[in-house]
Amino acid sequence: MHATETLPPPLLALTGFSKSFAGFVALDHVDFTLHAGEIHALLGENGAGKSTLIKAMTGVVHRDAGTLRLDGVAIAPRSAEEAVRAGIATVYQEVNLAPNLSVAQNLFLGRQPTRFGLVREGEMRRRARALLGEFGLSIDVSAPLESYSVAIQHIVAIARAVDQSARVLILDEPTASLDAHEVEVLFAVMRQLTSRGIGIVFVTHFLDQVYAVCDRITVLRNGRLAGSAPVDELPRLDLVRLMLGRELSEATSRRPPVVEGEARADVATFRGVGKAGTIAPFDLALRAGHVVGLAGLLGSGRTETVRLVFGAERADCGAAEVAGRAVSIGSPREAMALGFGYCPEERKTEGIVAELTVRENIALALQARRGALSPLSRREQDALAAKFIGLLDIRPPDPERPVGLLSGGNQQKVLLARWLATAPRLLILDEPTRGIDVGAHAEIIGLIRNLCREGMALLVVSSELEELVTYADEVVVLRDRAHVARLTGAQIEVSTILATIAEAPSSVPLSADAA
Amino acid sequence: MALRLPRIGTSQIVALGLILVANWIVSPQFFDIRVQDGRLFGSLIDVFNRGAPVALLSIGMVLVIAMRGIDLSVGAVMAICGAIAASLADTHSLPVVLAAALGAGLLCGLWNGLLVAVLGIQPIVATLILMVAGRGIAQLITEGRIVTFTSPDLAFLGGGSVLGLPTPVVLTLGMMALTLALVRGTALGLMIEATGGNPRASALAGIGTRFITVGVYVWSGLCAALAGIVASADILGADANNAGLWLELDAILAVVIGGTSLFGGRFSIILAVVGAFIIQAMNTGILLSGFPPETNLVVKAVVVLTVLLAQSPRLGGHFAGIGVLFKRSKSGGKRS
Repeated sequence: MHATETLPPPLLALTGFSKSFAGFVALDHVDFTLHAGEIHALLGENGAGKSTLIKAMTGVVHRDAGTLRLDGVAIAPRSAEEAVRAGIATVYQEVNLAPNLSVAQNLFLGRQPTRFGLVREGEMRRRARALLGEFGLSIDVSAPLESYSVAIQHIVAIARAVDQSARVLILDEPTASLDAHEVEVLFAVMRQLTSRGIGIVFVTHFLDQVYAVCDRITVLRNGRLAGSAPVDELPRLDLVRLMLGRELSEATSRRPPVVEGEARADVATFRGVGKAGTIAPFDLALRAGHVVGLAGLLGSGRTETVRLVFGAERADCGAAEVAGRAVSIGSPREAMALGFGYCPEERKTEGIVAELTVRENIALALQARRGALSPLSRREQDALAAKFIGLLDIRPPDPERPVGLLSGGNQQKVLLARWLATAPRLLILDEPTRGIDVGAHAEIIGLIRNLCREGMALLVVSSELEELVTYADEVVVLRDRAHVARLTGAQIEVSTILATIAEAPSSVPLSADAA
Repeated sequence: MALRLPRIGTSQIVALGLILVANWIVSPQFFDIRVQDGRLFGSLIDVFNRGAPVALLSIGMVLVIAMRGIDLSVGAVMAICGAIAASLADTHSLPVVLAAALGAGLLCGLWNGLLVAVLGIQPIVATLILMVAGRGIAQLITEGRIVTFTSPDLAFLGGGSVLGLPTPVVLTLGMMALTLALVRGTALGLMIEATGGNPRASALAGIGTRFITVGVYVWSGLCAALAGIVASADILGADANNAGLWLELDAILAVVIGGTSLFGGRFSIILAVVGAFIIQAMNTGILLSGFPPETNLVVKAVVVLTVLLAQSPRLGGHFAGIGVLFKRSKSGGKRS
């Protein structure tokens, strides 16, 4: 692309897109360019800003700054409908159609061919057959949409979008619930669309699909543009590095000297534990004063692993042993009785109770373990809150403030306090530093080290590999819902982890992403 | 969901006061209280006496709503339990009558609780089943007639008095005190507020959300049974068609007026009872004023609208400024 000035303007050009929600910067001056006939992968981990970018360019959320040009003409859609009218259509992972209506009705919903105000059913079916025929699909268009597979529903959704004069098609994780053959069918449709000059934005978590079908890759990270390159200039390893990024302060990157101590006491051992369709059977040994890190891309099975360990999901195979006794962990209550604690990744939906106070949130797990009939007195709760507000430096130091009014980092500390109050033997942390500011990162990492020194067993899921390597004694690498490698000692290096994650993956994506 | 700082119920108390003053304006004898046969009489006493059944219902309802549920069946449960009490009153002793009626309420609550907690049916649908079927069950018990009784023991619960206060008022205060002790004296209140505020987080924190869900529906059934007994004792009979009819809506309204959000979470039992008395004070006021009783429904509708608008997150900001005027220094204390 040396003669840029002679080329027509790109099909879609976003410049300087910014968006913040209540102080949290979701997009920070992101640029994105899509050419006609191009399949452009938009990648990034959870919270990187992909969804916000898509919503901002389709008018679902209002951007704070930035310009959007379609064929060189500035447009500013204020709703999804306006975006469709302008020529930008989106097909979401959850097909947004009416499953009980027929395929033809879905294709022409809201724009049915009519005569004297009456819908011309025959004409509609004829046009529907012609439209789907272009995609090599010959199905009964009068059957209800729900009678077809998810892949066909996706193609119907795409056909509807394209028929509404779409120039730009955004596919948000269309392959998450498709099997390998269906993915191939979808790819064929995508390639055919590009030959008509349509530009496609393709959001996915499956890297092999990116390399199978895409022309160009743009990676977002923490709301910023991490990089953009043609697919053949960005090998898999570099891509993974771009996605997981390197952002670290000096304070957190020092690895403390490894203490080669005596063999640590086993806290919990899992053998062959797994759940069909969720995570392949794995072995895991958790020892006192020992940090096991789980590394992998989004959807690789990290969260699924810890949810099995904590009993939030029931394993369908394998055996668990805690302190030398065989146990079965079927619920969080049973896990708590064994001395486990779990700070989930989804802090807002699974962690904090936003309208309860800091004091009540901290007391919750300890109270649940004691049972309703032996309440913590107000004085005990106050003491507990005061202790942890001081210990973890929770700000503002007001135990009576509803926890939903605190910043993300302080909410995370309240959650940590909730579990520390139960004095667990094993603490599971799922993305403990996600979405919190850099200062709080360092504090939480310091805390993890202290807990470990005091003899607690820790199981930590983290996408922040530079952080993970500084405190983990062992790193388990996950890929495609299976534990694929166990790194110890000198093997625990960011580059080794990245290489292991990026190693030749299986070509067939496993079943639906639960996320 | 809007985040609310702890409330102290000023607005509800003020509203009750304003309505009582309005009643006094339309009926100057409103605050006159006289003593007759050792029992207090007067319009004000009447507000509390007539409001007792809805107040009892609201004590159970507030817990259910705090758990993000709703119990539409309480009116029908009143009819069932009232029918049982009236049918047994002349042939059995009072303890047997009460045990049978309260036991029936407990079973009704258990049924609702199991449908919601174990089968995972939406509360509004699950309790709708008993709302519809319950009135039929009550009619089966009374065999389609209006059952009357003469037992003075049961009649005492409706028309008698304890220390000058009408028995229904005493029963309501007793039930409120018992519920407060049970919920705020233990950690149940915190667990209910946590589960209503965020069910997934609460389950992950080890709270037995299922057990508590069943518990609040059972308690709501018990409260409804007591309300049904009071209503039957008051009229010395049971009318399966009309006992407790539409009172579930008044109870829900009382809870909402009492500041508990239908989204669950923070709740106040005392303010729900105050809400029930606000509704009854409005009813009484309209009767006293000589307006046709039909206007009652319109006035209630306006009150509901005002309360819901005040709770709406979108409008909340405009009301917040007014709220600040009333707010005392941080209360922080355990609210009931």
